[in-house]
Amino acid sequence: MSSKATTLYSVKSVIAEDLVKTYDGGKVRALDGLTLDVSEGTVLGVLGPNGAGKTTTVRVLTTLLIPDSGRATVAGIDVIKEPEKVREVIGLSGQYAAVDETLTGWDNLIMFGRLYHLSPKAAKQRATELLEQFSLTDAAKRPIRTYSGGMRRRLDLSASLIVKPKILFLDEPTTGLDPRGRQEMWGVIKSLVRGGTTLLLTTQYLEEADHLADDIVVVDHGKVIARGTSDQLKRQVGGERLEIVAAANDLAQVKEIVAKVAGGNVSVDEGIRQVSAPVTTGSKALIEAARQLDDLGIHPLDIGLKRPSLDDVFISLTGHVAEEQKPEEGGEIKARGRRRKK
Amino acid sequence: MSHAISDALVITKRQWLQLIRVPEVLIFSTIQPVMFVLLFRYVFGGSISTGIPGVDYVQLLMPGIFVQTVAFTLAGTAVGLAEDMQKGLIDRFRSLPISRGAVVFGRALGDGLLNIVVLFVMGLAGFLVGWRPDSGLFKVMLGFIFLLFFGFAMAWIGILIGLSVRSARVANAAVFIAVFPLTFLSNAFAPTTGMPKALQYFAEWNPVSTMVAACRELFGLQNIFGVTANSWPSQNPLEMSLIYMVLLMAIFVPLSIRKYVNVASK
Repeated sequence: MSSKATTLYSVKSVIAEDLVKTYDGGKVRALDGLTLDVSEGTVLGVLGPNGAGKTTTVRVLTTLLIPDSGRATVAGIDVIKEPEKVREVIGLSGQYAAVDETLTGWDNLIMFGRLYHLSPKAAKQRATELLEQFSLTDAAKRPIRTYSGGMRRRLDLSASLIVKPKILFLDEPTTGLDPRGRQEMWGVIKSLVRGGTTLLLTTQYLEEADHLADDIVVVDHGKVIARGTSDQLKRQVGGERLEIVAAANDLAQVKEIVAKVAGGNVSVDEGIRQVSAPVTTGSKALIEAARQLDDLGIHPLDIGLKRPSLDDVFISLTGHVAEEQKPEEGGEIKARGRRRKK
Repeated sequence: MSHAISDALVITKRQWLQLIRVPEVLIFSTIQPVMFVLLFRYVFGGSISTGIPGVDYVQLLMPGIFVQTVAFTLAGTAVGLAEDMQKGLIDRFRSLPISRGAVVFGRALGDGLLNIVVLFVMGLAGFLVGWRPDSGLFKVMLGFIFLLFFGFAMAWIGILIGLSVRSARVANAAVFIAVFPLTFLSNAFAPTTGMPKALQYFAEWNPVSTMVAACRELFGLQNIFGVTANSWPSQNPLEMSLIYMVLLMAIFVPLSIRKYVNVASK
């Protein structure tokens, strides 16, 4: 997964250089010198909290917004100088379902197909294919407003794939979806990626970036503050930790063993009865610790090696957690309100 | 260029599909003007003197109500566009390789054509309560075509409002404030001769009034003007209305297209 992204001579499908976009006479810096690129055939995850500049970035790259300064190309085409050419090679699926809710799924796909200048016959054929591909055939003749959140997103996504775009932009494709809808969406996105689509995906879910992206940029306050594969980013924060949870009266002995195995630097959290320490020898340390515990007849409640999560990465990079807004009912409305401000 | 037209027609077709999927919209948007017909015919009508012997109030009223209704369809235009903006549909349209004017042109055309249905139902309602234009079929049809063009021209104001406001609710309120005075400070429902002199100038040269006067002329009625009776607009309401329509479009079509292209790109 990561090898593709780090190839030196890869072709860049998307390049953004030093993008700046300010609002309210320069008081709000939505983009503050943002730079990123996406190699052909890979997935770039743009990760950041609400208001970090993710949507603004997507809007610039998809020609919806003109930046104050900076340069951007998509498939080698300048987004500021030749926006109409860019529109021919991209697909965009927004934070909330940008389809006509009063129309049926079928109506929508035909409409967008015709707007991509397919013939009526070709538009119908493509609509049939897409509905099939996204498991929406049964719902094709129902108005979108009767769809579940996940179905809506799938239809929205399918509308952006009508002419098989070279580069696909997905702006928070799972925000506001329930866990099941999110799983479905992930499955759909993964199968697209297997098909070789170049994808730029924004998300505020660390798990999602970890799951879908080859390469991740972490964005905060309109700037990229870190970049790498998920593994590289995790390594930046530190290596593995040995973590053992044990009964309260065993903690002292456990601490001793961990200190021996890990070579010092042990921390104990009495509250959750956890002993942990950074280790460099991986599973060897784990096995050694387990053996010594067993010799003493101590049976821990939990024992394992923990690699840092992207959450840890985010906190160590920005000093705050990534998720400022919990996914919940009405999440879309909030997202909408936020977008208005921008 | 050929794409520009076919793109616009796809958008127009979308509106017709919406009406088929949610027919309540069309039903309620025709019930309201019919209620106005009944209200003015039977509630206020008895107390309003037409000033023309032998002409019932309903003959003067119907052209007024036609123009008012057609003018108010721009509310639907504004609200519809504001909703599309809110939901992100305009963003999606703007990310497609379609011509810059297609979405707004298609919308104005769709709303303009919707007036065919509305005017037909109203004409029928008018006939039932005694409206009898006596200028012959040709002139009456001409009057309706004139009304359709007026609706199309007015729709562009709705487009600019719809793309400029933050939500559909604001759009509705903004339209009401813009259109309500135009239709009531006019000769649509009562002769302007009873108004204060200063107001008469506004009321008689108001585009709604020249439209109403033009329709009355086409439906075979005589117009009565107050202070402006001898002025060119009052004597040539048809020509004046045409000038107004051209002016409206010359101002609002470019503004609307520019707004669409730059919307949210501030």
